[in-house]
Amino acid sequence: MNRVDRRKIEEAVFKVMMVGSTLLIIAVLVVILATVVVKGMAAMNLAMITQTPKGGYYLGKEGGVLNAIVGSVYLAGGATVLAILIGLPVVLYLNVYAKRGGRLAAFTRFSFDVLWGVPSIVYGAFGFTLMLFFGLGASLLGGIIAVALLILPIMCRAMDEVMRMMPKELLDASYSLGATRLETAMKVAVRQALPGILTAVLIAFGRGIGDAASVIFTAGFSDSIPYSLFRPAATLPLAIFFQLGTPFPEVRERAYASALILTVVILAISVVSRLLARRFTRHIVR
Amino acid sequence: MLALTVFSGLIVFAMAGGLFYRSRAILAAKPIRELLFSSSWHPLRGEFGLWAFIMGSLWVTGVAIVIAVPLCLLTSVYLSEYASKLVREWSRPLIDLLAGIPSVVYGVWGVLVIVPLIRNHIAPWLGTSSTGYSVLAGGVVLAVMVFPIIIHVSAEVLRTVPDELREASLSLGATKWQTVKHVVVRKAMPGIIAAVVLGVSRAFGETMAVLMVAGNVARVPKSVLDPAYPLPALIANNYGEMMSVPMYDSALLLSSLVLLLVVLFFNIIARIVLARVGKGIE
Repeated sequence: MNRVDRRKIEEAVFKVMMVGSTLLIIAVLVVILATVVVKGMAAMNLAMITQTPKGGYYLGKEGGVLNAIVGSVYLAGGATVLAILIGLPVVLYLNVYAKRGGRLAAFTRFSFDVLWGVPSIVYGAFGFTLMLFFGLGASLLGGIIAVALLILPIMCRAMDEVMRMMPKELLDASYSLGATRLETAMKVAVRQALPGILTAVLIAFGRGIGDAASVIFTAGFSDSIPYSLFRPAATLPLAIFFQLGTPFPEVRERAYASALILTVVILAISVVSRLLARRFTRHIVR
Repeated sequence: MLALTVFSGLIVFAMAGGLFYRSRAILAAKPIRELLFSSSWHPLRGEFGLWAFIMGSLWVTGVAIVIAVPLCLLTSVYLSEYASKLVREWSRPLIDLLAGIPSVVYGVWGVLVIVPLIRNHIAPWLGTSSTGYSVLAGGVVLAVMVFPIIIHVSAEVLRTVPDELREASLSLGATKWQTVKHVVVRKAMPGIIAAVVLGVSRAFGETMAVLMVAGNVARVPKSVLDPAYPLPALIANNYGEMMSVPMYDSALLLSSLVLLLVVLFFNIIARIVLARVGKGIE
C-alpha cells in the first residue's frame, strides 16, 4: 500500500471517530432529556405544582412541591437581584471607567474567571461561615447570599463579554456631546449592551435555580412557603434530592416529576433568553 | 463602583480566609499530615482522616477524564475543522443546553440509567457484582457534565490558530488530517491542556450528581466498580450532624478549604495558559 492511501485511510478513520463522538455527545443529551421527560410525565399531576407537602408526604401521602418551586424562585430571584446590584456597577466600571488594559481591570477579570471555577459546595460552605459570623440560621437570606456569590462571576463574565464588544467610538461620541462618564455608562453603555445584559441575567438566574450544593447549608429546607427572609426555604433541586433518597417508590416517582419541572424551567429560561437577545438587538448601534 | 470592583476581586481571598478561620480549630488539634493522609474517619472518636475521601475524588475525577477527554477532543476538532457551518451553528446551542442542565438532573439521570446499566450489564459482564452506585457511575455522570466546558474552551482555542498556518501546511501537500494533527492541534496544545484542566477542576468539585450516584462508602476504592465517597459529597451529606459532634464542622470546613485550594490551583494555571494563548493571537 502506498503512502497516499495510508494517509487517506487514517483520515477516514479519524473522521468516522470524530463524527461518532459528536453524535454520541448529542445522543447523551437527548437520552438525558428523554429520561427526565418520560419518567417525569408518568408521575406528573396537578397536585405536584399546586400543593405544598401535606403530613406524611415523604412517606407517600398526598401533596406537591409548590413550597420548593416558590422557594427556588424567591431564592434565585433574590440572588439575581443582589448579583445585578453588585455586578452591573463592576462591569460598567471595568468598561467605562477603568483604564483599558489597566491592572485592576485585568485582575478583576482574572478573579472572576477563577471564581467561576470554584465549586458550588464551597460557596455553600463559605456562606455558612458568613452566617455563623453574623449569627444567622439557615434561612432564605443566607441562601440568597450564597447563590448571589455563586452567580456573580457567571453574570459578570457574560455581561463583560458583550460590553467589551462595544465600539469605543460610541463612548467617545457620548463624551463629545458633553455627557459625563456616569451618563455615558448608564444611558449609552447599558442600552447598547442591553441584550447581552438580559441574557447574562437569565443565565445567572437559571444557574441559581438549578444549584443545590450551595443552598444545602444555607437555605435549609421547609415544607411551607417562606414568608420572611429569615425563614428556611425549600428549593427544587434539594426537593428532588430528598425525594429520591427515600425508600418509597411513590416518593421517588415524585422526584422524577420534580426533576421534570426543574428541567422545563431551565429549558424555558434558555429559550426566552435567546428570543430576548434577538428582540432587543434592534436598539443597538452597529 | 471602584469599591464594588475591588470587593469582587477580593471574594476569593475572603473565601479562603473565612474557611481557614473556621478550620483552625481542627488544624490546631491534629497534625495536618494525619488529617490529609489518614483514612480513619470516625467523627465520634474524634478521628478525621480525609484520605478515603480525597482518593474517592481522585478516582471519580480520573474516570471522568479518561472518558471525557478523547470524546471532547475529537468533537471539538470536528466542530472547528471539519463540520459545515450549519452543523456548527446547530451544535452550539445543544452544547450550551448540556451546560445548563442542573447537576441534580444529571444525578437523577445517573440513578435511572447509568446505575442500573452498571448493576445489570457491566458488572455481570466483567464477572463481578456491584450495586451500580460506584466510581464508574460517578465518573460517567461527571464526564457528561464536563463535556460542555472542555468542548467549548478547546473549540475556542482551535479557532485562534491562524488560517495562514493551515494554508501553509496544505500548500506543502499535507492532507487535511495531517494539517490538523501536526499543525493545528500541536499549535493549540497548551490551550487544549488548559481546557482539560478546567474540566478536571469542575469534575473535582462537582457535588450533587456525584453524591447521588457514587455510593458514599468511606473507604479507599480498589476498582471502578467499588463505591466511592468523594470530598464534596462528604461535605454535602453531613451538614445535618456536623453541629452536634465536636470538631465535625471544623473538619468539614477544612475539607471545603482543601477543595477550594485544589480547584484554585488548577484554575489559576489553566487561566494563565489561556491568557497567554489569547495574547499570542491578538
